[in-house]
Amino acid sequence: MLDVQNIRKDFPILNRTVNGKPLIYFDNAATSQTPQQVIDVIVDYYTNYNANIHRGVHSLSQEATDAYEQARIKIQKHFNAKHPHEIIYTSGTTHSINLVANGFSSLLKKGDEIIVSALEHHSNIVPWQMLCERTGASLKVIPMNENGELMLSAFDALLNDNTKLVFVNHISNALGTINPIEYIIDEAHKVNAAVLVDGAQSCPHIKPDVQALDVDFYVCSAHKLCGPTGVGMLYGKEEWLNKLPPYQGGGEMIAEVSFEKTTYAALPHKFEAGTPNICGGIAFGAAIDYMNAIGFDNIAQYEHELLEYGTEQLQKIDGLKIYGTAKEKTSVISFNVGNIHPYDIGTILDKMGIAVRTGHHCAQPIMDFYNIPGTVRASFMFYNTKEEIDSFISALKKAIMMLS
Amino acid sequence: MTIEEVQNEIIDEFSMFEDWEERYQYMIDLGKDLPLIEDKYKTEDNIIKGCQSKVWVHANMQDDKVNFTADSDAIITKGIIAILIRVFSNQHPKDILEANTDFIDQIGLKEHLSPTRANGLVSMIKQLKLYAIAYQTQLG
Repeated sequence: MLDVQNIRKDFPILNRTVNGKPLIYFDNAATSQTPQQVIDVIVDYYTNYNANIHRGVHSLSQEATDAYEQARIKIQKHFNAKHPHEIIYTSGTTHSINLVANGFSSLLKKGDEIIVSALEHHSNIVPWQMLCERTGASLKVIPMNENGELMLSAFDALLNDNTKLVFVNHISNALGTINPIEYIIDEAHKVNAAVLVDGAQSCPHIKPDVQALDVDFYVCSAHKLCGPTGVGMLYGKEEWLNKLPPYQGGGEMIAEVSFEKTTYAALPHKFEAGTPNICGGIAFGAAIDYMNAIGFDNIAQYEHELLEYGTEQLQKIDGLKIYGTAKEKTSVISFNVGNIHPYDIGTILDKMGIAVRTGHHCAQPIMDFYNIPGTVRASFMFYNTKEEIDSFISALKKAIMMLS
Repeated sequence: MTIEEVQNEIIDEFSMFEDWEERYQYMIDLGKDLPLIEDKYKTEDNIIKGCQSKVWVHANMQDDKVNFTADSDAIITKGIIAILIRVFSNQHPKDILEANTDFIDQIGLKEHLSPTRANGLVSMIKQLKLYAIAYQTQLG
């Protein structure tokens, strides 16, 4: 069981007010809040051992290097990767995806096919479009149904010997749908296509086992799971990471340099050019420790209760329509009320201290599918409460009254 | 009335409101009353970019004075446009160009001026001023 009142004490930001009202933070799918345990690690780093890593012989540099590499091992263990060097630190999910997309430039040719899902975030579409432009490969899309679920029969039909790469998010940011990635990975492997799963939205709620999934690449951002912004990771199977050329040139990623030839460093440094986000990496590890101490089973169970309660309460409101009603979904509720623009609802809710996301959630194709300009999205984390949902519901009713 | 006089009138009106609710309710009502732009001007070209909601603005000039009409699919945004149009319509392009918009701060809508605000109040003002520049050039 999860003791939410105790957990809330870990998050100093939850004590603040917004526009004179206690903050109710329901924009967790955009970024999660940071517990004191992680903030302390950040402060400790800059207070006690800030130094550049991997090169210094002095003590501070070694302490920083140790902490940074220990965090990598925490991340490796969390995702159950086979080796620490299969975890590449990046600036976040978008960077991770671009790293892979760029690497595939040298592996694809005209006639090859890349499959993405209709549930993708912009950052999961644009790099592949750019990759297709560079290589002459073509982009195929797995369609979704009215509930916001991927149509797997259509996916099966898209797979063929030309399919080289399949990209799908584990959980949709706009609708909360949990995609059947096990099935997608297995089927893609039957035609020898690689699979990249975007775990940006899943990692705060689920603990993926990359070896059990047999996924080729898995990416996420620390800031979605109680860590800082500006840091994330790319998991790649060793064999795949060895196949991809380096993404950026610079320090750390080289073994030897002369003007004639540079030899690249071994994994993971080959993909980690320049001074990394050292503090961010260490804090990422601390965030994973924090989440694991609460326990992902506890988190999933509690958030599911919030989702069910929130859905039930919202459905009681006249004219409210929820988008994304997949059987398997996480604690994200996207909705509209009658013809009221989501922007108007978001503005009024903000005046009452409630943070929700409004707009197209960087997933315009999904909005086009439903023929709406956007939605209001409330997304819950394990530190939210049913009482907050109650306050949100009454604020929402007030907003509707003002706007109708 | 000059632009400044209109702005002072609006500041007076808003000073009567006691809290955000009354302010926003008034803006919502202004939005509902906004004289709509003619459908033929609700084109892709007339959409102001940078807004989370759609905003269309059309301008014309008569007797050396610029008139604006506009619409939006979001009601609060419409209310904001209604205020801007009241300030800038039926004014000489040179006066529109020279006008400052500090009154927005004084009527408690400062938060809408932040660049993170997706309603694009800043973009709207810029667009109205761009029209004024164009007409000013015509006048020579």
